Amino acid sequence: MESTPHFPIYMDYGATTPCDPRVVDVMIPWLREHFGNPASRSHAWGWEAEAAVEKAREQVAELIGADPREIVWTSGATESNNLALKGAAHFYQSKGRHLITVKTEHKAVLDTMRELERQGFEVSYLDVQDDGLLSFDVLKAAIRPDTILISVMFVNNEIGVIQDIAAIGALCREKGILLHVDAAQATGKVEIDLKTLPVDLMSLASHKTYGPKGIGALYVRRKPRVRLEAQMHGGGHERGMRSGTLPTHQCVGMGEAFRLARLEMAQDNAKARALHDRLINGLKDVEQVFLNGHATQRVAQNINMSFNFVEGESLIMGIKGLAVSSGSACTSASLEPSYVLRALGRSDELAHSSLRMTIGRWTTEAEIDYAIETIRQNVAKLRDLSPLWEMYQDGVDLSTIQWTAH
Amino acid sequence: MAYSEKVVEHYENPRNVGSFDKGDESVGTGMVGAPACGDVMKLQIKVNPATGVIEDARFKTYGCGSAIASSSLVTEWVKGKTLDEAAALKNSQIAEELALPPVKIHCSILAEDAIKAAVDDYKKKHAH
Repeated sequence: MESTPHFPIYMDYGATTPCDPRVVDVMIPWLREHFGNPASRSHAWGWEAEAAVEKAREQVAELIGADPREIVWTSGATESNNLALKGAAHFYQSKGRHLITVKTEHKAVLDTMRELERQGFEVSYLDVQDDGLLSFDVLKAAIRPDTILISVMFVNNEIGVIQDIAAIGALCREKGILLHVDAAQATGKVEIDLKTLPVDLMSLASHKTYGPKGIGALYVRRKPRVRLEAQMHGGGHERGMRSGTLPTHQCVGMGEAFRLARLEMAQDNAKARALHDRLINGLKDVEQVFLNGHATQRVAQNINMSFNFVEGESLIMGIKGLAVSSGSACTSASLEPSYVLRALGRSDELAHSSLRMTIGRWTTEAEIDYAIETIRQNVAKLRDLSPLWEMYQDGVDLSTIQWTAH
Repeated sequence: MAYSEKVVEHYENPRNVGSFDKGDESVGTGMVGAPACGDVMKLQIKVNPATGVIEDARFKTYGCGSAIASSSLVTEWVKGKTLDEAAALKNSQIAEELALPPVKIHCSILAEDAIKAAVDDYKKKHAH
């Protein structure tokens, strides 16, 4: 990819990554001349498409140390989460109807859990520590005799912290409970080896790892075997777990993206680590700035900071040369700040004042330096405008003020 | 979400930023909103005690671009108005001038509340 800076500079890799040009190249033939349906068993058009899909399945499996037969194609991590949670809950409901998850999970897990509650399941939503990590004791205490499944994400999408999946998995094994892991933000950033990692179901996304959007996969363990009730019916594709014609070009794209991720993870991570440190070092002496999420148990690609007394959306408006996201959900109709930051016990001001910068394969030092410069300028400008900053400077304790909520 | 040109213009060049001395007899201060909601506006007016006309205004706002623009606009509008004229400002006028989308209407409501609170504060100081 050319290195000319495009404005705004893309620092939202956590939302989606650019599709690697090498991935695009291998996809194109499967859109043009090789258009066969991989499920067509009666002619060469189908056979070659099937072979391409199966090769891609191997590439996906290889990144996470799985058997290709454990990979089920889906439309993305949201569908994978739905299939894993609903599919397992429905299949194992005679064993119990209690599920456990964490308050900082992605909405694709939380909303699916809400739906299962509507269907009569019971769900415990666990708090995290103020560093974003799940306490092992809190998890242990939440387990009941009728708990059938625990869902914990590998890497958090907003704050980048890495949960201790190995320890959580060992506990689940001991208790005979299924463990589902949403690994959408983990692939290509964290070593995953399911030969040793005790996880039963794992959701995978393509477009967070330099692959195309619209494709994902669910890992479903074979030994010991995990059963799911299908959520999509119509032809019995993917071993009956997910019907629907496979999009050959998408599968091939995800396969290539995951192959590259396996080869380039060490290099990608080393580069991201250096840029992460450069960004933090460039901002850490700004007064009243806070890093959200554990300082070391995190992926280097995510930097989530709160600039106290500066509202996130106005900061994003100021740093218009950067494409970043705010933890503040003020852009939506709701005035609620980020539920993830609230779960860390951050004050309202800090939760409203956060900036999520996510970097990746094509982020450059020059871009980081530009980011530091523009953030510093705009934080200073907005603080001059901020009555909260003025009160802080005057030594007023904001928590003692009676605000007129509206 | 794209912002209207007027919102961007006020955000880039906010008018009348700053503070007056709260204790000054000729100053009325209104502080509305809450950090929990993501907006806090402080609006101050300086009134000529002889004429009851607002001669100057200042604001500081913690909030999104639309909140900053709404308060900036109001400080311009109230200058030269009597207290009663200023208190009669409607949020709909602010929203219309800045072309605020529906999700940002609350910013204009907050600005209206802020000017009303500033006028009330001034009147309370001079009630006796």
